[in-house]
Amino acid sequence: MSNALTTDAAAEPKLGIVKEVGRRLRAGDGGLVPILIGLAVLVVIFQVKDSVFLSSGNLTNLFTQATIFILLAMAEMWVLLLGEIDLSVGYMAGLSAAIAVILVDPQFHWPWYLAMLLAVVTTTLIGALWGTITIRLALPSFIVTLAGLLGLEGVLIYFVDHQGTGGTVSVSNRVVYDMVNANLSPLFTWIFVVACVVVFSFFIFRKDQLRRGSGLETVSLTMTFLKIGLLTVASVVVVLIFNANRGSFIVLEGMPYAILVDFAMLALGSFILTRTRMGRYIYAIGGNAEAARRAGINVNRFRLLAFMFTGFTAGVAGLLYASRLGGVSDGIDGGNLVLLAVASAVIGGTSLFGGRGKMISAVIGGLVIATIYNGMALLNLPTAEQFVATALVLLVAVALDSIARRGSAVGR
Amino acid sequence: MTSTPETRGSTTPMAPMDPASSGVSPSSMLLSLRGVSKSFGAVQALQRVDLDIPAGQVTALIGDNGAGKSTLIKVVSGIYAPSSGDFYWEGNKVQVHTPRDAEALGIATVYQDLALCDNLDIVENMFLGHEIARRGLLDEIKMELTTKRVLNELSVTTVKSTRQLVGSLSGGQRQSIAVARAVMRDSQLVIMDEPTAALGVSQTAQVLELIKRLAARGIAVLVISHNLNDVFAVADRLAVMHLGTLVSSGLVTEYDTSSAVQLITTGERGGAPLVGSTPR
Repeated sequence: MSNALTTDAAAEPKLGIVKEVGRRLRAGDGGLVPILIGLAVLVVIFQVKDSVFLSSGNLTNLFTQATIFILLAMAEMWVLLLGEIDLSVGYMAGLSAAIAVILVDPQFHWPWYLAMLLAVVTTTLIGALWGTITIRLALPSFIVTLAGLLGLEGVLIYFVDHQGTGGTVSVSNRVVYDMVNANLSPLFTWIFVVACVVVFSFFIFRKDQLRRGSGLETVSLTMTFLKIGLLTVASVVVVLIFNANRGSFIVLEGMPYAILVDFAMLALGSFILTRTRMGRYIYAIGGNAEAARRAGINVNRFRLLAFMFTGFTAGVAGLLYASRLGGVSDGIDGGNLVLLAVASAVIGGTSLFGGRGKMISAVIGGLVIATIYNGMALLNLPTAEQFVATALVLLVAVALDSIARRGSAVGR
Repeated sequence: MTSTPETRGSTTPMAPMDPASSGVSPSSMLLSLRGVSKSFGAVQALQRVDLDIPAGQVTALIGDNGAGKSTLIKVVSGIYAPSSGDFYWEGNKVQVHTPRDAEALGIATVYQDLALCDNLDIVENMFLGHEIARRGLLDEIKMELTTKRVLNELSVTTVKSTRQLVGSLSGGQRQSIAVARAVMRDSQLVIMDEPTAALGVSQTAQVLELIKRLAARGIAVLVISHNLNDVFAVADRLAVMHLGTLVSSGLVTEYDTSSAVQLITTGERGGAPLVGSTPR
């Protein structure tokens, strides 16, 4: 064997952190860095135009606004990673909201936890139904879930209109209402965030230490501490935002419960995608389904599971949506919601062709969309301009991604 | 790169094992097929094929398009169940009717498309479908260490990092990963379908070197190839197919390019049919 071809990793000169980041950015391998820069630019623009933008009150509002986009984008991730799509997530969320709100209403008077459970189980089963039809009949998921979008809109209108309350049902349960509209106390906000930082830092540190201990190449210790440091700083900033008093007449402070749900779903999704066989297989199927099949993976089983996770996550999103709107109406625009969910995922760096994307992409993408809507509303810009601005950001995000990816190490 | 195929005529690069060892009785073969036939309806794709594959040697299966090479490897890898005939694995009669049967015996097939996921890295591809997990969680470090060990053993040293995405590798590197994956699962017979078809000169040399190293490790290799230069560069034994029958097989030293070409095109060597007169 000729050693002329050998380029051992150890022989490669050590790059500085800055150089390394620069190299990866040019190679289209920068992960979330480009989109975070984009988000920062948006924030600066809005802050310059209106100094209210970066106030604690507005930022907290932005985070709760973003919740529906973030959760629906996370729902969409499961199927997008397979190269499939689910157009019905908007109305799945709507239906979940309707089930929960109607069942806790005095006329049925279900306990909130049973109502929520039934809502989420229903959307999970709907996801299973779309998955089964798509797999068994070998139909494009686009068409199956397009039928789902139309069908579920009908079901939603039917349920809501049959309550005899004029097309809207208000939330009559304290817990359902409080999910978005009440906050952890500042002390518990600190406890929660500090606990998250400690646990996450521990995992980062342990992973890098284990790799070092096994003699595998890894980032330098400085890089590990830099990651942990950045995480800590970001978390402290977030806590300070949430814990500042944002009420004008009464004291209003602490992290909304909805953010806890975002964190929980992000942690669950990331954990499954990166640490378990199921996650590995979802990426493999999205990358090359035939290769996955030949490797002995039961491809259809994991496709079905992904559709069910989409339904489950959309159901959870619906509960928070009902809480934020204070009720459910027959006019919920599930079509628009799903398109914004897909846009969020794509802005965050997810491929529509499957096999590429992370759960955190959905969060960042959802924040970008919410930032545009929030900022433009602050500036009193009409809806027309909000749509155009969203369109531009989406186009710029995918165009930059595509250009950066040409000839990159990441492939298509 | 070192032993560029400069084969002309019947010269052949050194075999890793004593060539004389191939003229042995069927029971010392790793895999022997006896009278294997396969028909699809009225079409007889394979007719009474007798093929011997010894351990530690490279057997090249050559033949024109439609000669039955692909059908034969699909029978050996369990994708097609044979219509009739027997399989002997290390001298014992065995049944190979499904890919799982073949895998259980230790037969791995590297198809032309390699079946790799471009969006996964080398480690992830190597262990796809066979991940190591501890309490349900993937044990990335163990998998990465094993990958490095196997690649080192096979002297696949051209990849920079085992965490590189497979989509960023060259054709030869991808072929190497697919082969390494087969070896890692303790395969005793590795079947390779046209391993060099899509490769350039230096990549081809890399893959041929890899094939020789597999044989040197005692693994039996069955290679299908159209490229006679490659075949003479790497094979210890030849098996020539023509219209569904195995017309000739034996040590590569008994053939030269012109006799091989004649066997491929006419099924006969220099007028006198050689069927049955080959050493078994």
